Amino acid sequence: MHGFANPTRFLKLANWLTPALIAGGLVLTAISLVWGLFYVPPDRLMGETVRILFIHVPSAWLGMGGWTAIAISSLVFLVWKHPLAALAARASAVPGMVFTALCLITGSIWGRPTWGTWWVWDGRLTSMLVLLFLYAGYIALAQASARDGGSSKIPAIFGLIGAINIPIINRSVVWWNSLHQPPSLTVGKSAIDPAFLVPLLIAVIGFSLLFGGVVLARMRALLAEFQAEARLRRKAMEAV
Amino acid sequence: MRENLNQWDFVIAVYVIGIAGTLLMVGWAWQSMKRAEKRRDEVKRK
Repeated sequence: MHGFANPTRFLKLANWLTPALIAGGLVLTAISLVWGLFYVPPDRLMGETVRILFIHVPSAWLGMGGWTAIAISSLVFLVWKHPLAALAARASAVPGMVFTALCLITGSIWGRPTWGTWWVWDGRLTSMLVLLFLYAGYIALAQASARDGGSSKIPAIFGLIGAINIPIINRSVVWWNSLHQPPSLTVGKSAIDPAFLVPLLIAVIGFSLLFGGVVLARMRALLAEFQAEARLRRKAMEAV
Repeated sequence: MRENLNQWDFVIAVYVIGIAGTLLMVGWAWQSMKRAEKRRDEVKRK
């Protein structure tokens, strides 16, 4: 792991991995969505709206996964002082926030025909909304910190503290009464029929590859911006 | 009172928002990466 903290080595890997992840993600996501839209049978209780599963579940998974990535990268940065770990945390924020927003929007649209309402202030929906606000706060903090030449420590600490919300989201449907269904997929157990489970797993893998590709693209962009600024500063110093 | 909602309207709305949002994010990330790397290379050459 320490070897990839070297930007040159990281770029060598990221140069081919970024397009590979994005291309693989686009193919798998397209397969799963066509499968989910046209070849999956309607559900006995939810009818045709069960097809929303193939976008809503990967979005929820990646919304939470994005913050988990921020927390792990922040911890690596704080413990081992790897600058690339701070970059990885920053790079995970925008895709994480986009998927959290997609999860909330698609969940709200799904709620209308199945629950009869667009929104309820229950544990699952509220904690997911809190996650969206945490992402917005993290992005603002990280940008302000980078612009003012400040330390990456403050966003890293914020990333670690915000991780407390992840188990709350996960357990919210168990701890509190909710219109949202309890977990259908747990380690080694599934309450989902294989007719839905297989395309769902392909969708989760496809969207995850896209997430990985976007994180690498953001890391490369942030690294290139940092290198360009550093070179300009060096030239300005030499000119004085 | 039972509502007469067309379930497909909700499904299509979710697919349009989900696909458009994901593609916009991927396109934006790719473009901003290419732009930043081009700028770095230009600065290096100067």
